[in-house]
Amino acid sequence: MKLMPRLTLTRKRALWGVVFTSPFIIGWLLFFVKPMYESVRYCFHQMEVTQNGFNMVYIGWDNFKYAFRTDPEFVRLFTETVISVLTNIPTIIIFSFFAATVLNQEFRGRGLARVIFFLPVILRSGIIAEIEASDRLTQALALNFLGTSGSGVSVTRFALSLFRNLRIPVGFALSLFRNLRIPVGFVSFISEAVGSIGQIIGASAIPIIIFLAGLQSIPDSFFEASKIEGATKWESFWKITFPLISPLFLTNIVYIIVDSFTAPGNRLVSYISGLAWGRNLYGASVAMTWVYFGAIALVLALVFLIFSRRVFYMGD
Amino acid sequence: MKAALRKAPEAKSHIRLGKYLHRSYWLSLAWSLVRGILIIGLSFIILYPIIIKISSSLMTERDLFDLTTKWLPRKLDLVSLTRNYRDLWIEMQYPKAFLNSFSLALLVAVLQLISTTTVGYGFARFPYFGSNFMFAMVIFTLLVPPQMVMIPLFLNFRFFDGFGLFRLLHKIGLVGQPEISLLGTFWPFVLTSITAMGLKNGLFIYIMRQFFKGMPKELEEAALVDGAGPVRTFFTIMLPGASAVMIVVFLFSFVWQWNDIFLTRMYIRGHVTMLPFMLEKLNQLFDSYGYSDQYISVIINTGMLMFMAPLLVLYGLLQRYFVESVERTGIVG
Repeated sequence: MKLMPRLTLTRKRALWGVVFTSPFIIGWLLFFVKPMYESVRYCFHQMEVTQNGFNMVYIGWDNFKYAFRTDPEFVRLFTETVISVLTNIPTIIIFSFFAATVLNQEFRGRGLARVIFFLPVILRSGIIAEIEASDRLTQALALNFLGTSGSGVSVTRFALSLFRNLRIPVGFALSLFRNLRIPVGFVSFISEAVGSIGQIIGASAIPIIIFLAGLQSIPDSFFEASKIEGATKWESFWKITFPLISPLFLTNIVYIIVDSFTAPGNRLVSYISGLAWGRNLYGASVAMTWVYFGAIALVLALVFLIFSRRVFYMGD
Repeated sequence: MKAALRKAPEAKSHIRLGKYLHRSYWLSLAWSLVRGILIIGLSFIILYPIIIKISSSLMTERDLFDLTTKWLPRKLDLVSLTRNYRDLWIEMQYPKAFLNSFSLALLVAVLQLISTTTVGYGFARFPYFGSNFMFAMVIFTLLVPPQMVMIPLFLNFRFFDGFGLFRLLHKIGLVGQPEISLLGTFWPFVLTSITAMGLKNGLFIYIMRQFFKGMPKELEEAALVDGAGPVRTFFTIMLPGASAVMIVVFLFSFVWQWNDIFLTRMYIRGHVTMLPFMLEKLNQLFDSYGYSDQYISVIINTGMLMFMAPLLVLYGLLQRYFVESVERTGIVG
């Protein structure tokens, strides 16, 4: 065994590092770098899949022109999706931070509450989310919370009879707000948040877990010390908990953006997939995905610019 | 002893009464009341769709249009209560579809668990030139929407050339075709899983790395002194300590594969009977039978319940590890 002569310990360990991480390195090259490179090429080609392979014809920027000028749905869905993702971020982040703070406290039945709060991780992904996005019963449920019956969906008598006595008088509250002359934008923001509360709770499950993990990693001694110094709970929350948790706001915002941009119930994503599988417009579909990815990257970059200076890291 | 215990509160009764006069007592009482209401309310919102599904799954078409029926159907005999379930058991080809879905999810979960654990350990303990870059790439794969590489991956597996190997063998004359189609088989899942490139595998690698980083180094050093190599240390020292996290990664991986429709549709649609495909077809199927829209919705929700049932069982079994260790390993940066 003189194949590896005179390796220092560091080198040996480096070699083991390569060995241990080699599955990912191989997978990254074969199933990420190569497809990424190919997808860039597909953007500029017209593709035809035949029985024994596929033909590509170079067409320049035509796929992008198609996306923005010819396609009837893309621009509308694109703006809609981007706006709805952006407006959902604050609601989700505030809700999940609040829920994590509550779940972190000691109370009876905490274990059960956590089990229930993490349930959406299991139940709100993939096919279930996709079907629920178009299911009558679920829609009726959402409308029921909103208390109105407009917005283009016909609520069936059946659904109403099923939920009749559970109806929450949100409609009444809304008219009250209007009479009090609270700005319409604010009211509609709140009413939308109330209407999609199920969706928000579903999207919050993993951010809650992330916040909770952070909250539990704060040493108790910090709070003990501040208590001895005479700080109230309110003060120690804002002076200790909040700064120490602040990096997780960044983590969570990034997570929420990526998650909601790629969620299965997302209409733009299903539209883009439909273009490829239903109508064989492979090139245009890939081009649209790149535009979409560009938007995600832009949003992420902005978030980093805004937040990275304001968060506090313990090491600093 | 007993007498002493009983006597103590009496002696301090004036202090105990005094606490009711203090403002902070009422404040904390009010807060726990508010908290209780909030938690119960939110739990209700989470559970409500499931309760509705269960309630409506028991109904027949007549019950739906009966305004006096609310939570429970009119007829409470076993035959009419289970009617929707029995229908779906046959229409969804439940036993067959369940077995296929289950074996795929199990296969993928086990393979991903193996690969992501190994890779996570490598990133946690063995730095090498470029390891930071590779780890940044782990995070980057998470940020890129899977739709981006969807079509190239699909075409790769549709015209799979064994990464050039088949092409080479074909030239020599050993194989008849330079390309084969892997669509309709589990191979695309196997290949992406053993290379840790499955759904959200970046997250699993991240979780495992954070966990191994948090484990004390002394353990490994002791093993090294005793003459164990990295592989042996990994199997005998690190893995047993990581069992709770591994259960979590397994659960995530299983659940996301079970729920997945994106990759499943892309790789094996039309070839294998899977539960998600059956679920998708229900709308059309029962429409062709002439069912009313409302009743179809009930059928679909019953189907979803049957689809979710195995996950609920699994979650019920593993929730203890899940709740404990997801918090502890810290998916924290």
